[in-house]
Amino acid sequence: MGRQLKFEIFRYNPEREGDVPHMQEFTLDETPNMTLFIALNRLREEQDPSLIFDFCCRAGICGACAMVINGRPGLACQTKTKDQPTRITLHPLPVFKLVGDLSVDTGVWFREMYAKTESWVHTTKTFDPTKEEERMDNSVAEQIYELERCIECGCCVAACGTARLRDDFMGAAALNRIARFVVDPRDQRTDEQYFEIIGTDNGIFGCMGLLACEDVCPKGLPLQNQLGFLRRKMGITAMKHIFRKK
Amino acid sequence: MQTYYSDLLVIGAGLAGERVACEAAQNGFKASCLSIVPARRSHSSAAQGGMQAALGNCAKGEGDCTDVHFIDTVKGSDWGCDQEVARLFADTAPIEMRRLAHWGVPWNRVVPGKSFFFKGGEKFEKYEKEENEGLITARSFGGTAKWRTCYTSDGTGHAVMCTMDNRCAELGIDVFDKKEAISLIHDGETCMGAVVRCLRTGELEVHLAKATAICTGGFGRIYKATTNAVICDGGGHILAHETGVVPIGNPESIQFHPTGIVPTDILVTEGCRGDGGTLLDVNEERFMHIYEPEKAELASRDVVSRRMTEHMRAGKGVKSAYGEHLWLDIRHLGDKHISTKLREVDEICHHFLGVNPRTELIPVRPTQHYTMAGIRTNKDGAVYGLKGLYSAGEAACWDMHGFNRLGGNSLAETVVAGGIIGAKIVEFLKGYETKFDTKAINLEIKRQKERIHDITHGRNGKLNVYEVRNEMQEALMKGCFVFRNKEGLEECVSTLQGTMEKARQVGLVSDGAGPNHELAAAMKLEGQVRLAICIAQAALMRTESRGSHNREDYPERNDAKWLNRTLAYWREGADMPELQYEDTTPLFELPPGDRGYGGGSIIPADEKYVKERTVKSPVTEIGKKK
Repeated sequence: MGRQLKFEIFRYNPEREGDVPHMQEFTLDETPNMTLFIALNRLREEQDPSLIFDFCCRAGICGACAMVINGRPGLACQTKTKDQPTRITLHPLPVFKLVGDLSVDTGVWFREMYAKTESWVHTTKTFDPTKEEERMDNSVAEQIYELERCIECGCCVAACGTARLRDDFMGAAALNRIARFVVDPRDQRTDEQYFEIIGTDNGIFGCMGLLACEDVCPKGLPLQNQLGFLRRKMGITAMKHIFRKK
Repeated sequence: MQTYYSDLLVIGAGLAGERVACEAAQNGFKASCLSIVPARRSHSSAAQGGMQAALGNCAKGEGDCTDVHFIDTVKGSDWGCDQEVARLFADTAPIEMRRLAHWGVPWNRVVPGKSFFFKGGEKFEKYEKEENEGLITARSFGGTAKWRTCYTSDGTGHAVMCTMDNRCAELGIDVFDKKEAISLIHDGETCMGAVVRCLRTGELEVHLAKATAICTGGFGRIYKATTNAVICDGGGHILAHETGVVPIGNPESIQFHPTGIVPTDILVTEGCRGDGGTLLDVNEERFMHIYEPEKAELASRDVVSRRMTEHMRAGKGVKSAYGEHLWLDIRHLGDKHISTKLREVDEICHHFLGVNPRTELIPVRPTQHYTMAGIRTNKDGAVYGLKGLYSAGEAACWDMHGFNRLGGNSLAETVVAGGIIGAKIVEFLKGYETKFDTKAINLEIKRQKERIHDITHGRNGKLNVYEVRNEMQEALMKGCFVFRNKEGLEECVSTLQGTMEKARQVGLVSDGAGPNHELAAAMKLEGQVRLAICIAQAALMRTESRGSHNREDYPERNDAKWLNRTLAYWREGADMPELQYEDTTPLFELPPGDRGYGGGSIIPADEKYVKERTVKSPVTEIGKKK
């Protein structure tokens, strides 16, 4: 016989007049192999259809369902209830704008990030459909892919001390994005150009090194390594800059 | 009310939608995309395998060419595809893969020298040529004569989606996320855009455009068990279909996969069975060898799905809180094999089931996987029935997949079709001006406001949205799944007709305020049931078995009678679809031949009919050489 689960869920719909943020309790019988995806959908379909939350792929690939689960940011789809105590508290991710209940606006945050980092390959070359593709070393391709595995769930940003203090901090996801283009030989940007984007306290020098970003990343990305890598690179760029001025 | 204007409005921002938008923007047109979720969360990103394109760079792809890719695609479709489209697709795919490389996709590349690969559990050796070092490489996929599937590790869809979305950002394309189109604005002849519900605030908006493209993916979610993301609910199809003038092409053509995990239907690879995994029933006994003595678990996906369903029908399924299922057993393959060759399966079991496949059984059931069915377009991607309306990707029945789709062809289709159709839209936009009919716009807004008001206030009834949806999903699972027969389909149609009545009488339990999900579900319910009835009715009428459409009572492929495509219209005020038929393909480069898989008998087409339509083609030369 399964356990009886108590859910404490943050509720606030900014579009409903007079609504105030509060916690609401739900009870649900646990079934085998239950994940928060199943539990939340059952709560909405059987108990309270006004519940707002996001799921998309429900397979840990798209990043839509990040939320704070018993105090820790994570993906709801790959959180099994049997790994949680009978009392499960759910909050929306901090830092991002609240849409309602457990749903936050990651789309706008990340779109702004693309604009800040100019998240595309900068090249003067044009594509010629009649020609063979430009060659690339396979190990370089794999290195790029490793950094591109970010699913933009927002967990790293939500767990970041600096991001909670400063609205304009770029966060690990943005710095990881820059690292992705730094290792890509197709991108012709120079270190100076990258420095322009991330060489500030809002960027690479704002990180307090608390490591939470990497701790909560559901894809296990080496976010701190990338940070270190960029910080060294940007440090050297800054030094060069100083000497050149003299 | 906010009104937006663009040259091209793309509904759906997955790979197909964004590729179409890029083509328009590159040519100087203002393109905008609507998406229910942030673009990178689109179902495109979930595709892990890869994209087929005959580059022929790797050792096992040597000698590959677009003709061979064309042949594989047509055979795979069980001769149900439009061969002009399959040809366009095969010829364009290599260029499109190179273009993606230029835009930033980190395709895996050829590494010269000796390496190993496994086939059917056996180890083989291959040598990659020095001169091909660094070119885009490919992996092996089912149903193809050559290794042709371009990939980036285990995340092709994700990597290509990132690059495509970056390209959109670079081109300044507006990608509006958390926006759901709820109806098309049209006058019965020309499409002018869409009425859109903002999923942040619940407010309505109008998006007007000279051309509109529907690229919203498949509609697997009308089935109870599906591998599709929760957003693949037919929203785009419903928009087009409810105009009454746009047909759904081949609605009966739905692909299933034998091993989705229970309860969430995430796929575990067929490699499990390939490597020696077995299927067990409620008594933990094997059963596939009873039905398929020769191939047992290694029979084709369709066959395994059917036998599993049959076995559960015989009372041998495992009862669970989520319905019946069977077991997949890979325990005997051992820790080493599971940790290395089946790592992905191991991770899925761990993350989503909490099951250790070394010691425990994996609950599985056959699952809806892909819709070859879709909004019927011509080879330019122009939707039948409405000027200025286009469709691309899984949402469309452009029809290069016919009655069965090959692995790796769907992901490739998104960008290849997106490019081709995007270019056709650019041709259309050049020199095209239009007038927006304010009466049609205002009428549509009024209609949608009333609809929302009625549902929110229970004016049509108080039936529960999720219960009615459940009835539809169960009806399809029962009568219109991997096995089909006259009795089952008739029952399915009749059940769904009842469901249709109920769908018209739903009312909300909640107040529907803001980004309310119950309202979104209620608004598409009737359209979903219409799609469901189209599937069942078209399947009932098609008295043959072709590709994924399998009739127990008509096991043969009947080219004499059914070498055609179903077009399902839903006329205004009707209770049943109007089915019409058109020729499968205007010409044959490859005349109908053997069934690509599973064998089975064929009732041949009229010789004269085939001969008249057969054109001289390089593929016939390839046939001769063999």
